[in-house]
Amino acid sequence: MEVPILKQGRYLIATIQAALSDEDLLQLRRALLERVIQFRSRGVIVDVTALDVMDSFATRTLRDITYMIRLRGADTVIVGIQPEVAFAMVQLGLTLDVACALDLEEGLAHLEQRARSSS
Amino acid sequence: MGNKKPVNVPQPPSTQSTELLRELVAHLREHRTQLREEWASRITEAQLLTAMTKDEIFAEATSVYDNYVEALATGTLEALQSYSRNLSERIIPRGVETHEVVGIVLLLRDVLARSLFAKYQGDFTKLNRILDAYEPAANRIANTVAVGFVQERERVIRQQQEAIRELSTPVLQVRERLLILPIIGVIDPQRARQLTEQLLRGIRTNRAKVVVIDITGVAAMDATVANHLVQTVEASRLLGATVIVTGLSPEIAQTIVNIGVDLGKMNTVGDLQGGIEQAERLLGYKVIPGAEATGAA
Amino acid sequence: MPDDIRVLIRSNLDIVTARQEGRALAARTGFGATDVTLIATVISELARNIVSYARQGEIVMRVVAGANAQGVTIISHDSGPGIRSVEDAMRDGYSTSGGLGLGLPGVRRLMDEFTIESALGRGTTVRVTKWLT
Repeated sequence: MEVPILKQGRYLIATIQAALSDEDLLQLRRALLERVIQFRSRGVIVDVTALDVMDSFATRTLRDITYMIRLRGADTVIVGIQPEVAFAMVQLGLTLDVACALDLEEGLAHLEQRARSSS
Repeated sequence: MGNKKPVNVPQPPSTQSTELLRELVAHLREHRTQLREEWASRITEAQLLTAMTKDEIFAEATSVYDNYVEALATGTLEALQSYSRNLSERIIPRGVETHEVVGIVLLLRDVLARSLFAKYQGDFTKLNRILDAYEPAANRIANTVAVGFVQERERVIRQQQEAIRELSTPVLQVRERLLILPIIGVIDPQRARQLTEQLLRGIRTNRAKVVVIDITGVAAMDATVANHLVQTVEASRLLGATVIVTGLSPEIAQTIVNIGVDLGKMNTVGDLQGGIEQAERLLGYKVIPGAEATGAA
Repeated sequence: MPDDIRVLIRSNLDIVTARQEGRALAARTGFGATDVTLIATVISELARNIVSYARQGEIVMRVVAGANAQGVTIISHDSGPGIRSVEDAMRDGYSTSGGLGLGLPGVRRLMDEFTIESALGRGTTVRVTKWLT
């Protein structure tokens, strides 16, 4: 199932659903990159609130997305990781070395702050 | 796609037995009203389910009876299992105990068996064959209901224990977006894990951006628990919160270094007071020394 | 006797199925939210290993009864190439495909019981169990 991506000003917001397959994730990576280029976005929010399991592939792909988007000069922030999911991730040793925020509101605040400090 | 096989009552191999079960089920359905009443009155006689009113007992008896016969008819226990869980959820808060549940199911088994004796008393051969079909099925059913009840009870007890543990390990919100978790005493891995769960839930509920974990009151920490602390810091970051650890003793600092963690990467401050001030700075509060009281009153 | 839930693992989509079944089973057994997620994540990793290294295999899950409580056992089985060095695979930080490798040390940390059997050319079986505390 395709992940919906919304444009909000200079930002893109991708909202992930629960039953996310590997193909969906790769498709998301492609789509986000395309749109960041197309809209010259300054930031991307990936909302994983509905994601009930974050395994190694999801972690790797989110990291890849962040790096690829950084190459286009934009910031990424992952929002909405659930407490249980965060707990499972750290116990399993999955590291997600990217900016994270609690929710959409915080994510936008984070991106705005980054935009301010870099301008 | 996964194949989930339904849990089956062991079926007698011959078609004759299937016929018998069918006959038996028909009989139980035909005499439903009478048998149900008999059962309900035997429950009262045996002084079971005293926590419930006669009407309630009758209502539940009706459902149990129908589900029981249904399980006999279909040969599968899934519907009964789910009904049993449901029933347990309802009656456990009323104070119904395990022996009562086991008791009433056995009474039902007996009431139905006796009615079979009465019906087939003229033909012992047939009676034996009917019982051969009925007994294993009835025992399986009794077991399912009892086990369902016990499992639900255990679940409730676990929940209560969890709630008690939670009450004794507070996560404090002292300012907007700032949480303090003071840890005192000995932490075993189970408590450590519980603290983490509570903290993470607290971060989400309070929308905390900074957490101060104070371990001044912790004498020593083994590698497992130290690892757990490090994991907690990372998990909090995944929820968008920064963690400041205060009260780190030289011994614990060494333990952390020994498990391969770069202390330089961790946000540490000497004492709780300092930690709170640092937190407030991070949150954008102005810290005025002296008269201004910071932290918990 | 409770029955097994078997999920054939042949493609990435089966990974999602396996972990959803696992999540449901863990929840039914009485595990709390955190443990349910842990179990689902472990299943995801084990299933992922099957797809990455063996192409095809099976995940079996069942409720088990222990001395004091119930638990869930998950068996990941494949007839793939097998692991060259189980010792290496069980060491933290070891990785063959770049990134997080087989994740087995992590899986062992999360579960109460863990066994692994693997032989080159014959395949791998990982068996893990988590108990309700």
